Amino acid sequence: MRKRLLAWLLVLLVAPFAAGAREAPPVGEDPVIERRMMALSEELRCLVCQNQTLADSHADLAADLRQEIRELMQKGQSDEQVKRYLVARYGDFVLYRPPLKSTTWLLWFGPGVLLVGGLTALYLVLLKRRRLLAAEPLDADQERRALALLSEDEGQPS
Amino acid sequence: MRYLRFLIPLAAFAVLTGFLMKGLWMDPHTVPSPLIDKPAPAFRLTQVADAGKSIGRDDMLGKVWLLNVWASWCVSCREEHPVLVEFAKTGVVPIYGLDYKDTRDEALKWLDRLGNPYQASLFDPDGRVGIDYGVYGVPETYVIDKTGTIRYKQIGPITPEILHDRIVPLLRKLNA
Repeated sequence: MRKRLLAWLLVLLVAPFAAGAREAPPVGEDPVIERRMMALSEELRCLVCQNQTLADSHADLAADLRQEIRELMQKGQSDEQVKRYLVARYGDFVLYRPPLKSTTWLLWFGPGVLLVGGLTALYLVLLKRRRLLAAEPLDADQERRALALLSEDEGQPS
Repeated sequence: MRYLRFLIPLAAFAVLTGFLMKGLWMDPHTVPSPLIDKPAPAFRLTQVADAGKSIGRDDMLGKVWLLNVWASWCVSCREEHPVLVEFAKTGVVPIYGLDYKDTRDEALKWLDRLGNPYQASLFDPDGRVGIDYGVYGVPETYVIDKTGTIRYKQIGPITPEILHDRIVPLLRKLNA
């Protein structure tokens, strides 16, 4: 009985604060578009705070652009069209996944070229070493000593 | 042939250093605009000083002009403003303002207090025209030629050096 009273008191105490809490900013009416907009803006860079996505950023411009994307989607534009709309205004920089073209070849293929180049260099060095080892046969004296050591080893129980 | 094993890593190092050196002098906040050498996006906006009068992109065809994006809330604009006021006095080029996400009251007060270098300022309260022009950090300035093509974009405040080294020579070329 007392516990229940306490609980009610607590509710009464907290209620005014809950009423004063800020509401989430209004989202578009259409949950499908809202989901598409958020998914797409995860892949787009905010130009104001450049290490954040449009979805994450609190910058004014990011909010405006999310609204713009929402409206373009309501007009029936595809994700690809929305991306093209933004790239036309802000450049490839808005895309977190840069497109493959002549100016981005180094970006896309550089790491692969480095890896292949490194592996080739390693292979060549190892090959050369093996050839060096093989190219140095033992002379007669060394051979006798080696044989002696080997036979000595054989004589003992291991 | 023997030197090659030293020269190759040395060359690789030089290339890497070259890239890093270049990176030192680049500002990551200046993103090259895809609009350079493209037609300036169309707009029709009312003037800050007179809600009854509007200006559109095509009204400007036939002259070289500057479009300077500013706002009364923008701190760097304050730094840039005296440079523009001085430059406007030389009459080299007509400067038009794009008052970005601002209120008419605040904008007019700002111009009153700090001087008005603009032939007119276009009023863009919701920043729509700003988005079409790829504005992301006020102030920004566009040089637009007689055919309505964007020829240059300055991101961030215009300094006397930029005016002298970049903008004035370009204007001379475009007006020739």
